[in-house]
Amino acid sequence: MSFEQFIFYVLAAIAIISGLMMITVKNPVKAALWLVLAFISTAGLWIMAQAEFLGLVLILVYVGAVMVLFLFVVMMLDINMSILKEGFTRYLPIGALAAVAIFALIYMVVGPDHFGLDKVAAPDMKPAGYSNTTEIAIPLYTEHAYAFILAAVLLLVGIVAAIALTLRRRPTGAVLYQDIDKQNKTLAKDRFEMVKMDAVVEKAVVENEEEDKK
Amino acid sequence: MIALSDYLLFGAVLFMISMAGIFLNRKNVIVLLMSIELLLLAVNTNLVAFSHYLNDVTGQIFVFFILTVAAAEAAIGLAIIVLVFRNRKSINVDDLGSLKG
Repeated sequence: MSFEQFIFYVLAAIAIISGLMMITVKNPVKAALWLVLAFISTAGLWIMAQAEFLGLVLILVYVGAVMVLFLFVVMMLDINMSILKEGFTRYLPIGALAAVAIFALIYMVVGPDHFGLDKVAAPDMKPAGYSNTTEIAIPLYTEHAYAFILAAVLLLVGIVAAIALTLRRRPTGAVLYQDIDKQNKTLAKDRFEMVKMDAVVEKAVVENEEEDKK
Repeated sequence: MIALSDYLLFGAVLFMISMAGIFLNRKNVIVLLMSIELLLLAVNTNLVAFSHYLNDVTGQIFVFFILTVAAAEAAIGLAIIVLVFRNRKSINVDDLGSLKG
């Protein structure tokens, strides 16, 4: 077994074990952390397949943003875990059966019989100075430019949808809101009013002071 | 040397695990969403492997777009979970039967 194969199998084993831990562990916070480990080791595998840019993006975007969002939501919700784990053993046989059956089917299609080294030769290693990022960027900004812009719009829609869904509207009166329209429409005469009054002479005070002097 | 089938079988195992996760954790919406993320990761691994072995970068561009869509999906899914929890005080799938046909 070459060193390359050794690294491959270690990373694959870590990813598979953490995937198994993710679906069996009780606490959702721990499940999210196991999923982070699965993502990181899979990113290592992608980098071994010379997809360096995507491997790093997987760590930065997925581990750095999406999984942190997951952890944030899991910790924000007050979850009763014992109820959520009910039925785990009941569904275990059928889940395992379906999983093994599907794996057997996939193995028959993509196993070593069809995609082994003798069928698909391993590609040559890229020369030094080869930039995976440049190779992805050139078709991304030329051939797939519209798809790229569409992806940007999709992310914008995602932001708007997430904010619109979770925005909490409280009844007016319970909370004071700033009404910017109303503020901008205000004129000086609405805020400041001149009132005409007679001057009041405070005689009583003066008399008292004179009495004190006597 | 690593064969293409190694990558594909790794993707298959990951896919299988996450599918079993959907079967087993059918009460907990958060673990369901995490299983879907792992499912997408397994599919992306296949695309990256084919892109490497066929010397064609298009597969990696596909992965790029799938990551974008998955990020948007996770954000909206979590927003929906927060909304459900705020209204129902629970994220148990069995409690969410008000659309029962």
